[in-house]
Amino acid sequence: MTVKNTKIDRRSFLKVSALTGGGMIIGFNFFTACKPEVELPKEIDISKLNFNDFNGFIKIADNGVVTIFAPNPEIGQGVKTSMPMIIAEELDVAWENVHVLQGGLDTDVFERQVAGGSQSIRHGWDPLRKTGATVRQMLINAAAAKWGVNAIECTVENGVISNKKGDKLGYGEIAAEAAAMEVPKDIKLKETKNYKIIGHDIQNVDIDEIITGKPLFGLDYKREGMLYASVLRPPAFGQKLKDFDDTIARSKEGVVDIFKFNNKIAVLANSTWEAMRAKKALNALWEEDTTLESTEFHDKILSDLLDKGKFKTLRSDGNIKKSFANADQILERTYESPIIPHNCLEPMNFFANVTDEKIELAGPIQTPKGTAEAIAKKLDRDFKDISLEMTRMGGGFGRRLYGDFAIEAAEISNIAKKPVLVVFSREDDMADGIYRPAIKYRISAAIKNNEVVGYHLKEAAMNSNMYGLIPNFFPAGAIENYQVDVVNYKSNITTGAWRAPYTNFLAFAEQSFFDELAEIMGIDRIKLRLDLLQKVKNTDDIRIQYSAKRMENVIKELVKKSNWGKTKKGVYQGFSAYYCHNTHVAEVADVEMESGLPVVKKVTCVIDCGIVVNPLGALNQVEGGVIDGIGHAMYGNLNFKNGVPQSVNFDTYRLIRMKETPVVETYFIENDIAPTGLGEPSLPPAGAALANAIKAATGIRLTKQPFIENKEVFG
Amino acid sequence: MPKYNLTVNNIPYTVEVSSDTPVLWVLRDHLNLLGTKYGCGIGQCGACTIHLDGTPTKSCLLTVSLAEGKSITTIEGLSEDGSHPVQEAWKEIDVPQCGYCQAGQIMTASAFLEKNPNPNREEIREAMHENICRCSSYNRIEVAVAKAAEKLS
Repeated sequence: MTVKNTKIDRRSFLKVSALTGGGMIIGFNFFTACKPEVELPKEIDISKLNFNDFNGFIKIADNGVVTIFAPNPEIGQGVKTSMPMIIAEELDVAWENVHVLQGGLDTDVFERQVAGGSQSIRHGWDPLRKTGATVRQMLINAAAAKWGVNAIECTVENGVISNKKGDKLGYGEIAAEAAAMEVPKDIKLKETKNYKIIGHDIQNVDIDEIITGKPLFGLDYKREGMLYASVLRPPAFGQKLKDFDDTIARSKEGVVDIFKFNNKIAVLANSTWEAMRAKKALNALWEEDTTLESTEFHDKILSDLLDKGKFKTLRSDGNIKKSFANADQILERTYESPIIPHNCLEPMNFFANVTDEKIELAGPIQTPKGTAEAIAKKLDRDFKDISLEMTRMGGGFGRRLYGDFAIEAAEISNIAKKPVLVVFSREDDMADGIYRPAIKYRISAAIKNNEVVGYHLKEAAMNSNMYGLIPNFFPAGAIENYQVDVVNYKSNITTGAWRAPYTNFLAFAEQSFFDELAEIMGIDRIKLRLDLLQKVKNTDDIRIQYSAKRMENVIKELVKKSNWGKTKKGVYQGFSAYYCHNTHVAEVADVEMESGLPVVKKVTCVIDCGIVVNPLGALNQVEGGVIDGIGHAMYGNLNFKNGVPQSVNFDTYRLIRMKETPVVETYFIENDIAPTGLGEPSLPPAGAALANAIKAATGIRLTKQPFIENKEVFG
Repeated sequence: MPKYNLTVNNIPYTVEVSSDTPVLWVLRDHLNLLGTKYGCGIGQCGACTIHLDGTPTKSCLLTVSLAEGKSITTIEGLSEDGSHPVQEAWKEIDVPQCGYCQAGQIMTASAFLEKNPNPNREEIREAMHENICRCSSYNRIEVAVAKAAEKLS
């Protein structure tokens, strides 16, 4: 297909120049043609992110080796591999000749350097392809000019340009001339059937470094003269520092300095261990600043809000009151989820070196630009003085959208006038989190003539509510009278985005509810979903972005792949289907009873995320998302007592482990539709698939997470 | 501060650290061997797993004084070039997501296969149960251990 390259001109190709050592280097606008619907939680200042103007680098050396700078932060979602794959495909180079490097924060060249919302590939798809194709065309044009032939007569394959006479030129041989070419107006994108890289299994670009233990992560960052900082923060949310005595701490070996900053105390030492050890020797006195909240308080306030809160209506169709007044039958259920921490296995950390001349930052961060801006503001410095190196991240899950730890590092370095690496202990990481908020949902359905005629969802949450298009997800559009109401209360416990924000629990509530609804109505649980989806087909409501057709297809495929209803005796199945992050997913969990306890053995997952860019990485994302969803639904819970988190390490906070994991069998729907997100969408449906299977196995319906605390089921 | 003589990846080192320093931090901060990871500090996650005389050991709980006279192997010393069968299997299966826990996983798996080169599925799941993978690449870890066992036999 030919696309008009109207948005790419010489101006947006910020840098096209010959390299002194040969070859060419190209800076380009990735995202000029994008007009995405941004789906990020409100906690991120979306106004600060520019989704329409996103740049990157290609460097072609004279030996033909192509270096592609991966612009986005890598948190394990695989974009350091998959985004360069898309460029390489259209550039038409052999993947063996591609070298991928992590780009740093560079606001002149890159924008929207964010890992969040499962949006990197979706937003990158067109611009990344156009970028590769544009550079390919420039190389062809340069070769054609050199040969004195028409560019149309030239072909290209794996980085070698040929003409009809049989002349050949490698990209490296023509790169310098290509750098001087006009940026072509019309470019031709490949047809999907001709893909040689996209849709093929490509290994993680950092695999060799990972398996041999090379320093890649923030905690591995070292600098001559660097000090390690361990920070004592208030033990409870709602406390502030009254006084402290550091006499004993200062006498500990390796301690260089101890000082108070803001509401905290920084301990600087020559090694991590010495910093952590001295921190434990601090004697600090804390006083109550605001209310010290406990889990019982959260429970009560959220329940009270559901009963008599002042709701804000996010979507309202038909007449919800009337539909319930005229109903033959009403089903109402309340679903409850606790606060949970992210628990990235690499605890929060960041390097900062603040001097009078500049601010150097390095570390794991999902929002490098926003964080650098926050630091500039905090220290009253020019943004241009700041450099930020993005390290590979030992997990993100939303926690590293927030740059609190980086700001701390900069503040401490600014006071100490030394380069510092701030290191959170696991206890710091879990106790000073920006957690998934506790949420309760109350869902009611009005049934008339054995049809669902009304659906009313109420959300009571801590600090903020569902955002973006979530109120328009299924079953919006499928039920005539439909309403979503939300309310929240402001807690002093910090909360934020956690992998698939809101939907990670909303999907559980909704898909458990539909399972029960089908039972009460005496309708097959899959037929109920499919019948409702029929009503959304051909909708002209632009707020409804899930496709009834694609969801129906996913469900029907899952019925086949999961052997739904045809399993051997003793296998109990639970079904769930959900759309989020622009991707359609359906899952079936297989549960068996062992020693009287339900055990999840297998999860079958069918996904429609459009074209699968890197199947090898994509499968890993799906498997991980499903098991993560099951693990947190089963075990995830962080209780609070007087503002103090009651679990701060893995001895008392339970994460899913090997023996508890099911086998995940994944099937992608094959189509030629532009790719959508994969880092999050497989997680939300998993909890309901499991709960519905447990219901089938035990007769007990779980409405509260974590499941493990249900005494009836788990003793 | 006292001095300790350690043998890490067959290389002798002398370090001057306080006696309660965990080997994890000696490796990372003093010997610049950064492949061994800090995850919890209380022996619960397995990210810091090393081999101590061939036995998988949580280096966050092993104080330096107890490691003297013993042979420590870290991920950097498992093979010279990433060619240990477990590393090769990890690469073939493309196990990692974020990759942070993988050194610990590989060290646990390699020590386990040394003792039981022909494990069944349940034995693999039992052996790897102590290592947390927060990204939940558990299915692939399981497959990779089985693959490594094949390579070893």
